[in-house]
Amino acid sequence: METANSPSFPMLATWQARTANIPQPVRRLLGFAGAFALALILFSVVLLALGKDPIAAYEQIYLGALADDYGRSEVIVKMIPFILCALAVAIPAQVGLVNVGGEGQIYIGALFASVVALAFGDLPAPILIPLLVVAGMIGGGLWAGIVGILKAYISLNETICSLLLSYIANLIVEYVIHGPLKDPGGSNWAYSARFSDNAILPMFGDTRISLGIIFALVAVGVYFWVLNYTRWGYKMRVIGGNAEAARRSGIQIKQYIIMTMIIGGAMAGLAGMVEVTAIQERLRGGISNGYGYIGFLVAWIALQRPVGILLIAAILGIISVGGDWLQIGVNLPASTVNILMAFILFFILRNQGMQKKEA
Amino acid sequence: MKRFMRTHLLVFLLIIGLFSQAVIAQDAEEPDPCGPLGSEAAAEMLTALSATGDLSTYTAKIGFIFVGPVDDFGYNYAANQGRLCIEKLLPNVETIYAENVPENAEAERTMEQMIRSGANLIFPTSYGHYDPALSVSEKFPDVTFFHMGGLEPTEKVGSFFGEIWQMEYASGVAAGLTTESNKLGFIAAFPIPQVLLNINAFELGAKSVNPDATTTVVFSGNWCDPAVLAEAANSLVDQGIDVLTQHQDCPKPVLEVADRRGIWSVGYHADASSVAGEKWITGSRWVWGPLMSQLVVEALDGTYVPELLRVGVAEGAVALSEFGPGVTDEVKEAAEAARDAIISGELYPFEGPILAQDGSVAIAEGEKPDTPTLETTDYLVEGVVGTIPQ
Repeated sequence: METANSPSFPMLATWQARTANIPQPVRRLLGFAGAFALALILFSVVLLALGKDPIAAYEQIYLGALADDYGRSEVIVKMIPFILCALAVAIPAQVGLVNVGGEGQIYIGALFASVVALAFGDLPAPILIPLLVVAGMIGGGLWAGIVGILKAYISLNETICSLLLSYIANLIVEYVIHGPLKDPGGSNWAYSARFSDNAILPMFGDTRISLGIIFALVAVGVYFWVLNYTRWGYKMRVIGGNAEAARRSGIQIKQYIIMTMIIGGAMAGLAGMVEVTAIQERLRGGISNGYGYIGFLVAWIALQRPVGILLIAAILGIISVGGDWLQIGVNLPASTVNILMAFILFFILRNQGMQKKEA
Repeated sequence: MKRFMRTHLLVFLLIIGLFSQAVIAQDAEEPDPCGPLGSEAAAEMLTALSATGDLSTYTAKIGFIFVGPVDDFGYNYAANQGRLCIEKLLPNVETIYAENVPENAEAERTMEQMIRSGANLIFPTSYGHYDPALSVSEKFPDVTFFHMGGLEPTEKVGSFFGEIWQMEYASGVAAGLTTESNKLGFIAAFPIPQVLLNINAFELGAKSVNPDATTTVVFSGNWCDPAVLAEAANSLVDQGIDVLTQHQDCPKPVLEVADRRGIWSVGYHADASSVAGEKWITGSRWVWGPLMSQLVVEALDGTYVPELLRVGVAEGAVALSEFGPGVTDEVKEAAEAARDAIISGELYPFEGPILAQDGSVAIAEGEKPDTPTLETTDYLVEGVVGTIPQ
């Protein structure tokens, strides 16, 4: 096994020895910044290999995402699903569960919300919107709850189970938009009818930032509070630390497995509800744009910490909004930005790995 | 073990980087984006364009959004050739583009970003980019949108499309004469009117020369999903189909299966004869360059009025692809004769009576519905096997 002074990293070992007296939080922040910088440098190498000017590329990301109000507003629009989907991963992770099924939970949440929006479109918005929130959360929670129950009672691997259920969720939504919910006025196009105006989330100004950002911030706040100031949070961490010890001390592990999955799934379901009611205004295929997976990245890079989730969601939001400009501005293939995201994840996990060994 | 994996991940990522470089380096040899024109009308359009004056006086920034990658040898490739043709003909016009733009509200951001970076003309090229274009057009009244295929143009969003069903008919003629099993296969994307229209035209063309020819249709529910396409193609071949065609954005997966299984293939969107096998027959394809350039010039002159523009082979907007090496002269002549008769107006593929699958009259005797009417097609004609997913 690798150790901190592993022979293949002699420089690293010296570096670690020299930095040993720097306080832990500062070192962690430095490590994070360093990992981030390394990712940017390595991505520059890729850009150079593609014959593109890295400075121009980063400038495009900056211009697209941060230079004007529109770019900044779109970053916040992206942060909503990123934050909620990160919580969908972070909450079950507290008890040691790996939920990679965010995609599916988004879809089922969106489906439940859409059914309510289409069936009760005449209700006034102040009644309808809370109903939509509840429907989205029930949908996502139900989908993740299946995984939790299977994990708790027959020890089915939650990683594989949640991943596979995502495909099923996607197919269910495809079926519904090709069949029962197909827009009768949509010339056979595979999407639902447009929701009534009452079902559309209110927006801030003329941006696309919806009420969803409030849901996301409240959710992070509640997560922070539960984790740090309640017995539930304490017990979750005990289970996550040592499930066997937790069981012997009388904690109902099964309950926690099921509940954290359901609550996590509810967060992703809420993201799906926001996506259909604020952005798409109807149910259609491909609504998630990979949010479930990006949420997974956010949660793991942020070590499931609430503030970290906000920060990383913002960074990945900037990259994904600015990433469009890599295409428009410097003619890079659309998928190039995924390489940058992969580098960031890689170096930050690498950095976390090293810090864990130090601790 | 962990370090081993990490090191390998690094190497793996570097390989991806280098590989993408190799992919990009491939397109060194570019064909003329304005051609091959495939018809006199398209050539005339180009001549007329250059006769209007000095094309280098036009300046503009044009944004293109594509639903898939521009190297798909299909729909997006064809539309991107149009973009390159504009750049070639109008040297001071700059174009920007974005690939893989989903057909949902994400497209709004891409278009809005393009406009904020200075684009004053936008080509939303996929059917599903229509609603997003409408909402963006409300925010930017000075920008003109040319949507490809939309059904209801507004004051700011014009719609243009080629009557490619005409060449689907001619391709159907070639397929109907080539097939030995009398079973043709059609792998379609979504059961939307323009797709149903192409299926119908293909079957009508085949039946016009071979009354026993049937077309079995499969809907993939996606513009390009290679795995689904390959599976659908294989299962059609297993049913005894010996000519495969499609309405997909990316034709390669189906062409590959056809080649591997040794059956004939008919293309769509672009001339893919270079990536198809020996048994490529022909296909319908777009000729966007001259038409798009003309639209841009009109918009910059201030004479463009957003409208529902539908132009066919007679106007040079669509053409037949090159014939494959194994196609007999009889087949070539029949397909070309059908094409020429459509150009001259002697032949109208959808002249009634035309019966729907269930035997009911879809188009009454003597009627010749125009293209906007045909683009509301919600039925399959007699001879098509398979149902519209409900």
